[in-house]
Amino acid sequence: MPVLIRRGGDIPASQITPESVYLNRRAFVAAAGGVALGALLPPRLRALAGPDDLKPTPYETITTYNNYYEFGTSKESPAKLAGRLKTSPWTVEVAGAAKRTGRYSYEDLVRPFTMQVRIYRHRCVEGWSMVVPWMGFSLGDLIRRLEPTSKAKFVQFTTLDDPAQMPGQRSDILPWPYVEGLRLDEAMHPLTILATGLYGKPLPNQNGAPLRLVVPWKYGFKGGKAIVRITFMETQPMTTWNMAVPSEYGFYANVNPEVDHPRWSQARERPVGEFFKRDTLMFNGYADQVASLYTGMNLRTNY
Amino acid sequence: MTRAQVIRRVVKPVVWVVGLGIPVRLLWGALHGTLGSEPVRAIQEWTGKGALVGLLLTLAVTPLRRLTGWNELIRLRRLLGTFAFFLATLHLLTYLVFDQSLSLAMIRKDIMEHPWVTAGFAAWVLMVPLALTSTAGMVRRLGGKRWQRLHLLVYLAAAGGVFHFLWLVKKDATTPERFGLVLVALLLMRLPAWAVRARA
Repeated sequence: MPVLIRRGGDIPASQITPESVYLNRRAFVAAAGGVALGALLPPRLRALAGPDDLKPTPYETITTYNNYYEFGTSKESPAKLAGRLKTSPWTVEVAGAAKRTGRYSYEDLVRPFTMQVRIYRHRCVEGWSMVVPWMGFSLGDLIRRLEPTSKAKFVQFTTLDDPAQMPGQRSDILPWPYVEGLRLDEAMHPLTILATGLYGKPLPNQNGAPLRLVVPWKYGFKGGKAIVRITFMETQPMTTWNMAVPSEYGFYANVNPEVDHPRWSQARERPVGEFFKRDTLMFNGYADQVASLYTGMNLRTNY
Repeated sequence: MTRAQVIRRVVKPVVWVVGLGIPVRLLWGALHGTLGSEPVRAIQEWTGKGALVGLLLTLAVTPLRRLTGWNELIRLRRLLGTFAFFLATLHLLTYLVFDQSLSLAMIRKDIMEHPWVTAGFAAWVLMVPLALTSTAGMVRRLGGKRWQRLHLLVYLAAAGGVFHFLWLVKKDATTPERFGLVLVALLLMRLPAWAVRARA
C-alpha cells in the first residue's frame, strides 16, 4: 500500500508537491487510463496515484479540524492556539530498555532517515475520518537504531507537558502529560511512522509538530503529538484515554467496525466535509497488513 | 404600547425570525459550503441546541410571569414550544437521512442499543402529542386542565434532550451540564407552586 515518495531529509521548497497535485491525483489517474495503468508509471507519479479511495482531505480541513485537548476541547481551538508552541529547539529523550538511551535533539533523531510520503486513512474514535498525506519516517527504523534490549516489549510515547504553552493543560479534563503506547511489534510494523510533515510541508503545530505518532489502523487518539520522550518498557504502559475512561478506550484501540464504542456505533464513519457516512473498514482498511499481529486475540475484550 | 402589544409586535416576530432563521441559515450554509469542516455536525448542533433552548424558554415562561407580573408572557409559550418541536424534528430528520441513510434496521438498532439515541428519540416522541395539541382549537377541545396535565410531558422531553446531549459528548460535558443546571433550576422554581396545589 502507500509507501510512496522517497526523498532526502531536507526538501527544497521547489520540490514540494503542491496541494493541487495531490488533489488532482484522481484526475491524473483517469487521464493515465485508470488505476491498473498506475503500476506502469514512474515511481514518483505512481505514488501520487495511490489506491483509488485515498483522496487526501484538503490541507485547510486537516489543519483546522483537530482533536488536541492541550489546546482546548473544540475542534477549532488547536488551530487558533497552537501557533504559540515553540517547536525548535526540540529534544526527545530515549529511556528504558534500550542500549542507546539519552537525549537527542530533533535534528539528530530525524537526520538518519529518508522522509517518505504516506497517504493514510485517519479514523477518529468519534466517528469521523480523513485522508492525510503525512510525511515522516518509519518508527521501526528508529527503534532498530536505538537497539532495544530483550526486555523491551512495549514502547511508551510521552508528549509535552507545558501549561504555559498549552492552555488546555490548565484544565484537568485529561491527566497530563498525554501518554500513549504500543506493543513493540506494533511499533515496529512498517505502517507505523513518526510524522514530521503533511502535504509536503512541515507539520503544523495543531497537527502535532514537531514529531507525532501515526498508527493508521488504530483510532486517531493513539497518535501522540509533540512527543518528548520514547520509553522502552517490559510491561504495558499507561495510556491517557484509557486512564480517563477505561471502559470506553482500551490500550489497543484498533479500528474495528464490529466492536462498538459503549455509547455509539463504530460500524460507519463520516468523511469530514461529506454529508453521508460510509462503512468503516476492519483495521481501517489495513487488515491485510496488520491482522496477523492480533491472531488469536479477542478483539472485543482487547478493545 | 401595552404589554400585550409589545409581545405581539416585538417579541413574537423575534421568535419567528430566530426560529425560521436557524434552518434558513443552515440550508444556505450547506449549499454554499460555509458550515465548516463537518456541515452535518454543524446542522445537528444548531438544530439540537436550538430545540433545547426552545424547550427551556418554554419552561421559563411561567416562572418569569411570576417574577415580573407580566401575565401576557403566557402568549409566547405555545409559539416557543412549537418552534422547539420544529427544530427537534429537523434535528431528527438530519440524523435519519445523513447519519443512517434512512435504513430502518440501522435506526432501530441505534435506538435500542445506544442510550443517548434512545433519550433523544424519546424526547422527540414525547413532544409529538404536545405539538399536535398546540392549536387553540385543541386547547379548547381538551379543556384547560387536561391540556395542562398532558403538557407536563414537556419536562420529560427537556430532560430527555439534556441526557441525549450529556451522553453523546466524549469528555468535556460543560455545555450539556449547563443545560441540565438550567432545567433543574426551572424545575425547582415550580416546586413551591406544585406543593401548594397538592395540599389544596
